[in-house]
Amino acid sequence: MAAPVGTDSSSGDSLRDQELTATGLKSELEQRLPGAEVELEPEQEIMTINMGPHHPATHGVLRLVVELEGEVVMDLKPIVGYVHTGIEKSCETMSYWKVIPFVERMDYLSYFFNMQAYCGAVEKLIGLEIPRRAQYLRVLHMELNRLHSHLVWLGTTALDLGAMGVYFYCFRDRDRVLDVFEMSTGQRMHTRYFQIGGVAEDIPAGFEDKVRELISVIHTGIAQYEALLDRNEIFLIRTKDVGVVDRERLLALGVTGPLLRAAGEPWDLRKEEGYLAYPELEFDVPVGTVGDGYDRYRVRLTEMKESLKIIEQCLDGLPEGPWIADDRKYVLPPRAELSTSMESLIHHFKLVTEGFRVAPGEVYNPVESPRGELGCFVLADGSSKPARVHFREPSFVNLQSLRDMTLGEYVADLIQTLAMLDPILGGIDR
Amino acid sequence: MPDAPGLELILAEINRPHPGAVFDTSFDRDQPALIVDPGQILAVLTWLRDTPGQEYGFLSSVHGVDYLPAQPRFAVHYELVNRERNERLRVKALLEDPAVVGDSAGTPTGAAEPAPGPAASTGIPAAELLPHLDSCVEIFPTAEFQEREVYDFFGIVFDGHPDMRRILMPEDYVGWPQRRDFPIGGEPVIFTRDEAANPGWWE
Repeated sequence: MAAPVGTDSSSGDSLRDQELTATGLKSELEQRLPGAEVELEPEQEIMTINMGPHHPATHGVLRLVVELEGEVVMDLKPIVGYVHTGIEKSCETMSYWKVIPFVERMDYLSYFFNMQAYCGAVEKLIGLEIPRRAQYLRVLHMELNRLHSHLVWLGTTALDLGAMGVYFYCFRDRDRVLDVFEMSTGQRMHTRYFQIGGVAEDIPAGFEDKVRELISVIHTGIAQYEALLDRNEIFLIRTKDVGVVDRERLLALGVTGPLLRAAGEPWDLRKEEGYLAYPELEFDVPVGTVGDGYDRYRVRLTEMKESLKIIEQCLDGLPEGPWIADDRKYVLPPRAELSTSMESLIHHFKLVTEGFRVAPGEVYNPVESPRGELGCFVLADGSSKPARVHFREPSFVNLQSLRDMTLGEYVADLIQTLAMLDPILGGIDR
Repeated sequence: MPDAPGLELILAEINRPHPGAVFDTSFDRDQPALIVDPGQILAVLTWLRDTPGQEYGFLSSVHGVDYLPAQPRFAVHYELVNRERNERLRVKALLEDPAVVGDSAGTPTGAAEPAPGPAASTGIPAAELLPHLDSCVEIFPTAEFQEREVYDFFGIVFDGHPDMRRILMPEDYVGWPQRRDFPIGGEPVIFTRDEAANPGWWE
């Protein structure tokens, strides 16, 4: 059957259903108990409110149309698209290497993951092996990025629950992570550090010491957050047994990442797909038991500790060697060679003006971002520009589970559940 | 991952209960894919999800693709995952563009534009010129937003979807922006300072 296109069929339906059931119930009672005075309590009025798009608790430009009966959420509909910028379309007009800064800006808290999803897909398309040092540097920066993302998440979530102090502590530590990014890549955010074939630059001298110092600082920080929140009575009351959805339903809804792991499903693409240097590194996948807000918090905090372990191993085992592949058809030649080698100059000119061509084919490359499975689909048509770049954004897919998590809960818990979902609207709308 | 012979086995096994459901297989860059009959997409997805030995129970992504010079032009890709064996399988439903097919068959007036606007002037309702596909929301609830996204960007209508509306573009938007023949940058941005120079820009 053809679905009605362009009509909104569902709003108001639940209201009508309820009136019908209430009157039906009354007449049924009157039939069964003839003569008895039947009086039902007057129906609570259902109120439809708009949360957002400009609301500090929606973590971006997200609009939620919520139907409330008193304080209880009866229905919820997320409306997205307010910051849609057509990045996927714009990517089709860029040569392959120029796409990288575009895709970084989708999910603005996990730019290294966006880059890895895209660069990995292109590397699979052209069959390019990246050097071991580049793999380690990528993992190192991605795990630092995971820390950064989870710190922003923890700060804003705690702020939604009224813990102002945690917000300041988290942003203090997050800035230290950004300092490290600035040192190795030159930028604090949107670094464009990953290139097709490796990374843009080797790490500078003193980087290792700075990261080791950061590790100890974050360890202290995590202990501090745990002391502030783990057994905080307000935090426990607000998060325990709130927003629980069983894991079968989560899987049916396509939810991945910490939300799924909090429900007890140890599904982590770093283990499952084994991309880059992850198979050589030792780390655990934390899982929860209940899948409520508290488990989501604990899973993310434990993930931060695991990230620190990975970063430490990356520093210890960082292999020597080149940090970018030596294939001149795809990778820019070293700057110094341009003044001595004609070949290099030609390659440089070709790569910068036209870019490289990719044989026709299509690849889907999933990575584990802080929010779940971030997949990048690239279609090559033989030219030097991708014919389609599509991102499977974990925030976009996970947002569908918000309705299941909040039906029948209080509106205050809706704020908490949304914060625990960790949606990034830049990623949802692209 | 099922390799090329493995894919042929899957093809043969599906085509036994559902004759003609899978046209072809492809194994490119270590990524297996089945090319299926769009009319039987639900049968294939259900079979892949429920048959013992297959059990691709997790749908990770649904996305549309426009292979413009090629025919059939559109495709909807389903990225399925078997989480126990950690195998991925792509199911591709290739769809003809009914606007082009209709023009070449019936109206020789030369309105080869696939956009619904000029085609509507030939008397055919715009909705009928869009490619249709069965919605898989019933078997994979995760497809709800992603099918809406495919509809939004490619104009592929999913029959049986509970809420088939645009999701990222404005609701009154005309056109299907991710199609390859949709121009980029065609829409002027009106800033308040330019209002005087563009009287009646809102019309």
